[in-house]
Amino acid sequence: MKRIIAPLDYSRRWSLRWVIVATTVFLYAPILILIAFSFSESRRLVKIEGFTLKWYEKAMNNDQLALAFANSLTIALINTIVATALGALAAVLLWRFRFPGKPVYEGATALPIIVPEICMGVALYVFFARVGWPSDWIWPFNLSAIAAAHIAFSFPFVAMIVRARLANFNRELEESAKDLGASEWQVLHDVVIPFMKPGLIAGALLAFTLSLDDFVITFFTSGPNTVTFPIKIYSMVRFSVTPEVNAASTMLIVITLVLTALALWMQNRDKPGAEA
Amino acid sequence: MSDDAIVRIEGVTKTFAGNVTVVDRVDLRVGRGEFFALLGPSGCGKTTLLRMIAGFELPTDGRIVIDGEDMSTTPPNQRPINMVFQSYAVFPHMTVAKNVAYGLKVEGVAEAEIGPRVEEVLNLVKLKGYGARLPNQLSGGQRQRVALARALVKRPKVLLLDEPLSALDAKLREAMQLELVRLQHAVGITFIIVTHDQKEALSMADRIAVMESGKIRQLDTPERLYEYPSNRFVADFIGKMNLFEGKVVTREGARLLVDVTGLGRISVPHEDDIAVSIGVAVRPEKISLYRARPADSAITLQGIVTNLAYLGESLQIFLETESGNQLIISQTNVSRSGSGAPRKGENLWCSWQAADTLLLQD
Repeated sequence: MKRIIAPLDYSRRWSLRWVIVATTVFLYAPILILIAFSFSESRRLVKIEGFTLKWYEKAMNNDQLALAFANSLTIALINTIVATALGALAAVLLWRFRFPGKPVYEGATALPIIVPEICMGVALYVFFARVGWPSDWIWPFNLSAIAAAHIAFSFPFVAMIVRARLANFNRELEESAKDLGASEWQVLHDVVIPFMKPGLIAGALLAFTLSLDDFVITFFTSGPNTVTFPIKIYSMVRFSVTPEVNAASTMLIVITLVLTALALWMQNRDKPGAEA
Repeated sequence: MSDDAIVRIEGVTKTFAGNVTVVDRVDLRVGRGEFFALLGPSGCGKTTLLRMIAGFELPTDGRIVIDGEDMSTTPPNQRPINMVFQSYAVFPHMTVAKNVAYGLKVEGVAEAEIGPRVEEVLNLVKLKGYGARLPNQLSGGQRQRVALARALVKRPKVLLLDEPLSALDAKLREAMQLELVRLQHAVGITFIIVTHDQKEALSMADRIAVMESGKIRQLDTPERLYEYPSNRFVADFIGKMNLFEGKVVTREGARLLVDVTGLGRISVPHEDDIAVSIGVAVRPEKISLYRARPADSAITLQGIVTNLAYLGESLQIFLETESGNQLIISQTNVSRSGSGAPRKGENLWCSWQAADTLLLQD
């Protein structure tokens, strides 16, 4: 008798494997090629020859690239702290309270997620020009326009993640803390915030990576003295795709991967407490 | 006023937005050291009443007096009362010991005193050695013990329990019923439990308040509630009941003569005054079955077995009488063979004592 296999039956493993291979190649082939070329001796991006770290050396000795990298990290850090705090507050506000105009506020905070980045970029460009936001301050204050722009578009993501987490919060946890004698602040500090923690970590990570690799909005808000890493790479690529650019990009990938792994590890370490 | 009531509820009403009255002028006294149950179907207001005692809801009207002090509007964190929640609400990010210590910590109890008190109460709920575990490493029953320990360590004047056993499986639930009674005796604290499970209330509580639509329909001991329900609702809600419609004809000393639809005229002992139109009721296990007409002068009926339900320890027989009345009769399965048990379609006689008959108004 012929065995009947359903389309999604696990025993159709060949199709499963095919999907896995195809998606993995689709996602990672360009990145792997980039990384491979970053170690290639040849200056031309035609074929990989030998193994060298000289492009990394060159990239690290490029002062402009280093400054752009420092700018990006600084902006990302400021953005992570402020956007996480703002996003968490917005999430708690939306979760905990009822107030007039709440649906409007809810929609307004979610809008930056939906609005095309190019529109937001142009709007911020016009806004900063109109109010005459100073860009000639001393480093790192000259990055304030970019940081503000990044916070504006990334904190709604944090709010969304934290709020999703809070939706699963068992109100009886709060009541039982109060029943045991805790004040409102103690309830927030001892029960609500620990519950929010995985959401805060995930939100902070997202805010960091959103900021670190943002191009469109940064392009409209950065000046000649405030170049970020993605913008710098773009301007280098406009001359030619050099192995130096490959090396710099590879470093960015590694940093992102390490940070992601770190955040995931921290989240998993908290897992025992993550269930309600 | 000398008073041994630890909780006094005086004319308490709770009306929610939209004029929904959930608790309606309830008066209640719970004695010191009592195991008290609030029993009723869902939506009867029992949980709202419990939450008002805890302080999570404020009464629209009336007073809640705890140990002689009016606490109607006192916030929950300042009441000498603790609660075990339906979901247990054990803090997931704290170990068992930290959970239990939490109430003492926020109260400002000295660190040196907290440790021994936590140990003591963990012993009491049989969780010795579990202090370092996290809640997700515990079973449902153990988590409930943590919730109990966390409340008991505060040495409250009253412990409130909101449907504490509803999330446990049947076997564990029975064990926990005994366990809760043991605990209550050990600590001597007043327990007020909310439940919709009549078996739970009957087996644990000293006194039970049966609630319906925000009102207490009867407040009594388990035996009295079962054997002498004061109205149709209580009679029907607790246990099973065969109900007939009847009219009082006349009084003969301590007995009443009642005309019952499908039964004829019967004489029932009943001291108190009662309305003319009444319900006449009898519990299924008070009825005996016979193959021939019984000789004694008890209330007797004839009918056909329409259905049988085997419940393990007992057999339920559904009998339809000539007048069309449906009766449920319960027989204990005393012997293993089951020989002589009624069969479907069989024509049988049933009878019960007049003294086991209940007369119910409203």
